Amino acid sequence: MGMTISQKILAAHTDKDFVEAGELINCKLDVVLGNDITAPIAISEFHKLELNKVFDKESIVLVPDHFVPNKDIKSAEQCKTMRDFVKQYGIKNYFEVGQMGIEHCLLPEQGLVGPGDLIIGADSHTCTYGALGAFATGVGSTDMGAAMATGEAWFKVPESIKFIYYGKIPQWVSGKDFILHAIGDIGGDGARYMSMEFTGEAISRLSMDSRFSLCNMAIEAGGKNGIIAVDEVTLDYIKGRLKRPYQIHYSDPDAVYAQTIEYNVAEMEPLVAFPHLPENTRPVSQAAGVLIDQVVIGSCTNGRLEDLAIAASILKGNKVHSELRVIILPGTQAIYLEALRRGYIEIFIEAGAVVSTPTCGPCLGGYMGILAKGEKALATTNRNFVGRMGDPTSEVYLCNPAVAAASALKGQITPPWEMVLK
Amino acid sequence: MKFTGKVHKFGNNIDTDVIIPARYLNSSDPAELALHCLEDLDKEFAQKVKPGDIIVAEKNFGCGSSREHAPIAIMAAGVSCVIAHSFARIFYRNSINTGLPIFESAAASEALKNGDEIEVELETGLIKNIKTGAQYKATAFPGFMQDIISQGGLINYVKNRG
Ligand code: SF4
Repeated sequence: MGMTISQKILAAHTDKDFVEAGELINCKLDVVLGNDITAPIAISEFHKLELNKVFDKESIVLVPDHFVPNKDIKSAEQCKTMRDFVKQYGIKNYFEVGQMGIEHCLLPEQGLVGPGDLIIGADSHTCTYGALGAFATGVGSTDMGAAMATGEAWFKVPESIKFIYYGKIPQWVSGKDFILHAIGDIGGDGARYMSMEFTGEAISRLSMDSRFSLCNMAIEAGGKNGIIAVDEVTLDYIKGRLKRPYQIHYSDPDAVYAQTIEYNVAEMEPLVAFPHLPENTRPVSQAAGVLIDQVVIGSCTNGRLEDLAIAASILKGNKVHSELRVIILPGTQAIYLEALRRGYIEIFIEAGAVVSTPTCGPCLGGYMGILAKGEKALATTNRNFVGRMGDPTSEVYLCNPAVAAASALKGQITPPWEMVLK
Repeated sequence: MKFTGKVHKFGNNIDTDVIIPARYLNSSDPAELALHCLEDLDKEFAQKVKPGDIIVAEKNFGCGSSREHAPIAIMAAGVSCVIAHSFARIFYRNSINTGLPIFESAAASEALKNGDEIEVELETGLIKNIKTGAQYKATAFPGFMQDIISQGGLINYVKNRG
């Protein structure tokens, strides 16, 4: 019996040649990640072990991104806890305000994660790095604290669901829509404890930025990880970034899957996820007309250059609707700078949007765009749970950047093709 | 070890954002987190809940973010254990690692009602409705996880392993 790509990566981090779905194993880790919300608890758990060193100074990555630049005194204290830890233990990969970005945009960009890696992050969207052919999964702070000491973590080898995407990708459809379709079909727990493997010729034509958005939301279907095998696009991306050796794995032809689901993407339309679950998806044409108070373009799902480029192409020379606020958050400083060089930032500001320094900010209802009672936001983020972006009576609708930008012009949810002159 | 308490019943997909909203994540102080536990679903939950009480929910409890603040807030609010039809993966992991006992039982999740007095045995996963005597069996933890739980969580487990 063959192994899936996920099984192979897990096996390669044990002393076994073969691991079976359901098996509990202890694995060596390549990267351990934490942010300003989860790392403080991990650090206090780590201290309970009374050690004077971490397992490896290079393999631990700490990124303050949720509440930075600090929104209040308490969040400043949390960042200070992190900074002190970094100094005390000589952590190499710490990204201070000014160099930081949203962790899941930053790590691939900085070449800190790569094919074949086994990565845990105390952040649920750690699954993003599966786009590089890595096994990456979110854990809690205690796992992170223990892993900073041991460089290891326990895993239950997951079963896999295979998603095959084929057909010509229509204009306005992106990786975000590929995953929203899957979540809408299998539901928020459809891949619970499982690995989601994305394959097919439409995936091979997907840009790296779109692949990151796709794998980013595996967790929204309950998935343990999302993964795309390495191809030319991946190799192009890691060239010049990843400075260490890596391993490429592919699923065996006789690997066993719990389920296989196929999509003809030529039939796809961009989707909008209605409150209060990412699985409540509807084609954008059936969502048209919902009045919105705020549009957010950014986050670890859609804060990359491709996302800003498409938003800029729609906003260019136009003004956002007078009764709505638009907040745009580039994912990292490098993305911000490149957007500036390409003129996108000017387009956004002239259109009447706010452009912010990279931060999670409004995505999790932290700061920088909190919703009042009953307000509605359309966001390129990944979650629309009750109260996610502010007051418990506010609502969040999820979509891709093209839909977000078009809707920003109209003041209501709108298909992009209605706002762009052919 | 037995837990006895009143049931607080919740539905499907109780996510970590409603268990503890992100606006309170600038603190990791358990007492402070407890004050806001589940407040976006039920404003009075933190006042109503009595030490030992038990949360019973339907499918996919704890979905969403990896915040360990969620099991911490639940424990600090006084809840002794959580029973659900199913748990989201990271929440499941976090509960074991932090020592919040959780039990998967579709039958208990379906039958138990708000206000029922129940008793749960950690070792066997046996759930009993005190008034009616009805019993439900939760899925047992694999041995490896029982070790982590019996040693009081992952950190102790790692410490003991040396
Ligand atoms: S952008 Fe949103 S989903 Fe992504 S890491 Fe930040 S808070 Fe989490």
